[in-house]
Amino acid sequence: MSRRVLGPFNRVEGDLELSLDTEDGVVSAARVNSPLYRGFEQILEGKAPADAMVIVPRICGICSVSQSVAAATALADAMGVTPPPNGARATNLMLATENLADHLTHFYLFFMPDFARDAYAGAPWFASAEARFKAIRGAAAADVLPARAQFMHLLGTLAGKWPHTLSVQPGGSARAVSATERVRMVSLIRSFRAWLERHLFGDALEAISGIGSEAALWAWLDAKGPERGDFARFLAIARNLRLDRLGRCEGGERYLSHGNYVFEGERLFARGVWDGASASLLDFAHEDVTEDVSHAWMAGEGACHPLSGFTQPDIARESGYSWCKAPRWRGEVVQCGALSRQVVDAHPLARDLVAAGGGNVFSRVVGRLLEIARVVPEMERWALAIEPGERFCTEAGVPDSAQGVGLIEAARGALGHWVVIRKGRIQRYQIIAPTTWNFSPRDGRGTPGALEQALVGTPACESDEMPLAVQHVVRSFDPCMVCTVH
Amino acid sequence: MNVLWLQSGGCGGCTMSLLCAESPDVLATLEGGGVSLLWHPSLSEASGPEVVAILESCIAGTTPLDVLCVEGALLRGPHGSGRFHVLAGTGRAMIDWVRALAARARHTVAVGTCAAFGGVTAAGCNPTDACGLQYDGNAAGGLLGAGYRSASGLPVINVAGCPTHPGWVLETLLALALDGIAAVDLDALGRPRFYADQLVHHGCSRNEFYEFKASAEKASDLGCMMEHMGCKGTQAHADCNVRPWNGAGSCTSGGYPCISCTEPGFEEPGHPFFETPKVGGIPIGLPTDMPKAWFVALAALSKSATPKRVRTNATADHPVVTPVIRKTGFK
Ligand code: SF4
Ligand code: SF4
Repeated sequence: MSRRVLGPFNRVEGDLELSLDTEDGVVSAARVNSPLYRGFEQILEGKAPADAMVIVPRICGICSVSQSVAAATALADAMGVTPPPNGARATNLMLATENLADHLTHFYLFFMPDFARDAYAGAPWFASAEARFKAIRGAAAADVLPARAQFMHLLGTLAGKWPHTLSVQPGGSARAVSATERVRMVSLIRSFRAWLERHLFGDALEAISGIGSEAALWAWLDAKGPERGDFARFLAIARNLRLDRLGRCEGGERYLSHGNYVFEGERLFARGVWDGASASLLDFAHEDVTEDVSHAWMAGEGACHPLSGFTQPDIARESGYSWCKAPRWRGEVVQCGALSRQVVDAHPLARDLVAAGGGNVFSRVVGRLLEIARVVPEMERWALAIEPGERFCTEAGVPDSAQGVGLIEAARGALGHWVVIRKGRIQRYQIIAPTTWNFSPRDGRGTPGALEQALVGTPACESDEMPLAVQHVVRSFDPCMVCTVH
Repeated sequence: MNVLWLQSGGCGGCTMSLLCAESPDVLATLEGGGVSLLWHPSLSEASGPEVVAILESCIAGTTPLDVLCVEGALLRGPHGSGRFHVLAGTGRAMIDWVRALAARARHTVAVGTCAAFGGVTAAGCNPTDACGLQYDGNAAGGLLGAGYRSASGLPVINVAGCPTHPGWVLETLLALALDGIAAVDLDALGRPRFYADQLVHHGCSRNEFYEFKASAEKASDLGCMMEHMGCKGTQAHADCNVRPWNGAGSCTSGGYPCISCTEPGFEEPGHPFFETPKVGGIPIGLPTDMPKAWFVALAALSKSATPKRVRTNATADHPVVTPVIRKTGFK
């Protein structure tokens, strides 16, 4: 056995270090470390509750609206306030814009450039991948950056700026949309759809979201071949490299989704935990969540529910190897992200992929792109339904003593905020981010987190300093380390 | 011109903001300006030991380091060890890497308020002992010390903002690549004057409400947010209401107050962000160049002269009274 430490990882958000044990050219054990700590939960203590709306988005510049929506939901829960319909539509539009832009950034700038590396020079698809996806120089970056920036004009209108808006509020949105702005937003969404259909999918969004099985997916690819668009290029590479056999987390065949895009009490995407072993959907309740500090550089013992948990760094802790705590659901490892959302929401393609090969590098990427195809038409519906002149925000005060829970979905998966307010101030604030679930260290029972398990069995020959297969597995989760450790 | 970009104790938001650059996009702008990225954590191909080799060759002087960009606060804790942020795979604290690289850089640029002054990472009890490259909040010093000068003779260029606007970063880099930036081009806090010699208040769509002290009272109201909602637009140095964000936006047009994110110490204003601290009903944070007595007199006068349209619309989320149509009489 040999052990080595890998880093810095690029094209993941934030800081990541892996410690890998390898035997016979494959990973036998992995430890995931996030070597950065900032302490937002400590920073929030003692603040006026509304100040959380300034502070929490700055946990993360890549999913800052998601952090805002989670905080607003937790505060709204504590305040007992519900946003008016326009406020909910505007919030959903902001969240969806950020989530989809994240998926796009991940696919084009973070994930695909690895297939344009010299190590793949002999592959049949290499010339096409290199021309299209090469880091910085590839043609795709030049196509996607202007399209993404224009799509973000939705946030210019609704959020004032991105990242770090304050228009997301517990009572709705601070930015009322006028009739002409509504029309303009619909046009931005339609132009984004046109870009996706031309460059990413080479097909109508509805044709993509209508693909109901893995067999149908391959038939769709074979109908026109890999040059029909970037999704097809990815599929061809995935088939050739058997990416469906890479990055499976066998001990974490549980897929968590908090459910997302709430409107009048209903969620567009369902909440629950899909249990892969029994192929059944289980209820999710936040009371079943704990965070364990036994392998984190954190003070405290064992596992706590977030409403009673606390965050106090302790670099001297001998068993610690990360700044990340270990969240568990009913004591078990779960994974989250776009694939989990689609599986929990019963999309037939996502369910079929997971039944065949579980969560793996291939199915995680398909899950993200499928979600883009499903959400854009919804965004158009929300924008069209906005009623200019009607209210966007409900005014409400913060009680002196209260607690609140905000469970939403960021691009990378389940995001939860738990707040306790005493004497009009934040007494306790705990956050579990998606990558905290996926990149968690071992827990008190010694069970490794989702990525730690997913890396086991990955080819990593000893002479290779940064094995590409390891990088694919890591990036298939689209990690956000700054969120993880906040 | 070689640019090396490192991220320390921040949120990555300044990079994400940079990706929103338009006409042309960020990569086209850099290429057109003759700027090449030695390494950027989000954009570059190189990973692991390849990256460490790039950093070491800059420190050795083998690769010329024209610009060192640092995004995120510098974390000195715990107890000065820097262990709250170790550069992955190296076992070495980021503050040590930054010190060694800054000693070689022709120019050192703090991208965003965290790297400039400490920013939100330094808020509250400042658990990580975060500071900026050359400032610790309002106090000169920071990681590199008040006396630090890069090889060009300039102090750290502080492209402050939380996040910083993509235009502020790109124009700074383009200026450095084209003809350099002189000491006179930076303000007293090291910020490029092209955007810092203005106030957020300039060009705010709520200026008419400000004139008449017709004030917003709650989130989503249209009125001026200075009197009750904590807006610092009359004191914050930035061109946010002249240079659009994401095609169309700004904080104040987005429905919320300017929290002066380009200023050192903005993260701890000493009052809740959405409240305006007042003494005797008069806001403490008056426009910097206005005597208090004048402000009080003018506010009283303008409030008594507020047109009904302005007063009514100030507390609504869309204009409910429209401007009167009146023949001017001119032919
Ligand atoms: S809202 Fe702020 S920036 Fe706008 S006019 Fe009022 S004080 Fe000035
Ligand atoms: S308006 Fe104020 S808070 Fe907003 S970005 Fe500009 S300086 Fe920062």
